[in-house]
Amino acid sequence: MTNSSSSKKHGPGQPEEIGPTLKLQRIKMSKPEEAEKRNLNKKLKDVEISIPIVYGNVAFWLGKKASEYQSHKWTVYVRGATNEDLGVVIKRAVFQLHSSFNNPTRAVESPPFELSESGWGEFEIAITLYFHADVCDKPLNLYHHLKLYPEDESGSMSTKKPVVVESYDEIVFPEPSDSFLARVQNHPAVTLPRLPVGFTLPPPVPIEDTSKRKRGDTKDHPLAQWFMNFSEADELLQLAAARQQTDSALQRMIKVAENEIV
Amino acid sequence: MDAKDILGIPKTQLPTTQEKKSRPQKEPQRKPDGISREVYALTGGLAPLMPSIDVSQLKKRPPSDEKITWQWLPFTNSARKDNLQLYHWVRVVNGVPPTGDYSFAKYNKSVDVVKYTDEEYEKYLTDPMWTKEETDQLFELCERFDLRFIVIADRFPSSRTVEELKDRYYGVSRAILIARAPSPTDVSGHPLVKDPYNVSQEVERKRALSMVLSQTKHQERKDAEVLAEAKRITDSRMASRAAEEPEMPVASHVGSESADRAVVLGDTVSPSSNIQLPSATVVPSTSIIADSASTLASLRMLRVYLRTYALEQMVQAASSSAGLRTIKRVEQALQELGVNLKPKVPTKAVCAEHLELRKEILTLLNLQKQ
Repeated sequence: MTNSSSSKKHGPGQPEEIGPTLKLQRIKMSKPEEAEKRNLNKKLKDVEISIPIVYGNVAFWLGKKASEYQSHKWTVYVRGATNEDLGVVIKRAVFQLHSSFNNPTRAVESPPFELSESGWGEFEIAITLYFHADVCDKPLNLYHHLKLYPEDESGSMSTKKPVVVESYDEIVFPEPSDSFLARVQNHPAVTLPRLPVGFTLPPPVPIEDTSKRKRGDTKDHPLAQWFMNFSEADELLQLAAARQQTDSALQRMIKVAENEIV
Repeated sequence: MDAKDILGIPKTQLPTTQEKKSRPQKEPQRKPDGISREVYALTGGLAPLMPSIDVSQLKKRPPSDEKITWQWLPFTNSARKDNLQLYHWVRVVNGVPPTGDYSFAKYNKSVDVVKYTDEEYEKYLTDPMWTKEETDQLFELCERFDLRFIVIADRFPSSRTVEELKDRYYGVSRAILIARAPSPTDVSGHPLVKDPYNVSQEVERKRALSMVLSQTKHQERKDAEVLAEAKRITDSRMASRAAEEPEMPVASHVGSESADRAVVLGDTVSPSSNIQLPSATVVPSTSIIADSASTLASLRMLRVYLRTYALEQMVQAASSSAGLRTIKRVEQALQELGVNLKPKVPTKAVCAEHLELRKEILTLLNLQKQ
């Protein structure tokens, strides 16, 4: 290995200065493990893990059963964008409700991370996500404005069809730890970029028997029928079209500028 | 002392108060016994310096138990092949002349020039550009002049460049080496085999060297300016690239594209007019890259963040050079193009595209302003 790498560096011939430089390179290559270790650490920095999530609320008007202070039944939640189980990453979600609620700080310790309540008012809910120890020691805050009443005020409220407001976002971990990577490398809730060449992850920890645990994914959630679908395809198309337009405008401008100069 | 007399400088007043102290000072002042004043002046003179020579050494006589004579004797030089006898003075100690070879014979080194037989020539060394006679001549000259190719080139009967001669010599030596080796691996470590002589590279190198040496001062200054500019640009590019390579390859590419376009414009433009056009666009693009780089770096410092937050930061960084009105116009343009001001599905790809679009619109608006 030493020979090949040092001769690679010498490829285009330099016969005059062979002796001393050869020796120098041989000495440099004598500790490959250290260099590899450094490489490994360096490459970890270029790998980021992103978790696509959707958070929002679903609110049903209680219709006949509605009282003045309890007109709607709503559920605020954080779910995986494709309804996968977020418990692999999130340890606990804390929903901070309006102070008029009893115990406004509601902690949810296991997935699905949701909270149901009944009330009449719209307010901002602060959702704090706490991650597992090997994921991140800092919590992340999301803010969602609870929506109970439909957009168009004239529209009649129905008990069957809820008001749904969801927001798509992605949680990004720019420098994940080895153990985190190993744990989630094949989990459907997690998006890993293409790993750099030569970068090998430690073998994945075997996933525990899912039947023993309560299901954390929201695929068969009772409210699943109301969940919105977020597809990046449309947005990408839109953006591509816009960029093309801008590009051609730019080209036109440059042509004009060049012609003026001539 | 007489030098000072000649110059008319007054003699230095030396303190002669203390005897002990003045003793070492006085000694150089007084010329030492035993040798004449002029001789001592050669060694450092009577100036008030610490003597660099031990004075007592100057008058040392050779050890008197040995009898030294000098004799005019013949000698031979082992470096010569013709047994020429020359004569020289030899220091004879007690009647015994010195033994050993002529002391300069060991410096007669020569290079081992490869010698090939005719069969070897036929088998390995034929070359369309070289006849056997020429090759033989070359090798003879190499042997004679110890591979001093400049001299060899000068003496060579037909006109060949130094590089051609070197090429032929090294090529032949290499071929012979490989042919004579019992197995290829034995010689693979030999420098001739590993790094063969590269004619074109040598020619190019010498040409470049002569160009550099013959540059005028004016050219030198211009070159230095261009290099400094290039370094500045590559440094700012490296900063953005090093910060987050997967995240923003498009950013630096577009940034460099607009910088390149602007530079191209600058080249076609006459220096007097319209120099604001390229410079104005170059400056924002390089500063945009710098801002993005620092934003990326600060994002990396957070251990976790939301994609929308990251996009906001990057948009802010990109628009940092623009005023509020420009930002509003960018947003207006986005709306006209039917793009959401904040992407509804902020995936990595979408955010990157969105950012790029904003930057392009910004560039367009800046250009339109001119």
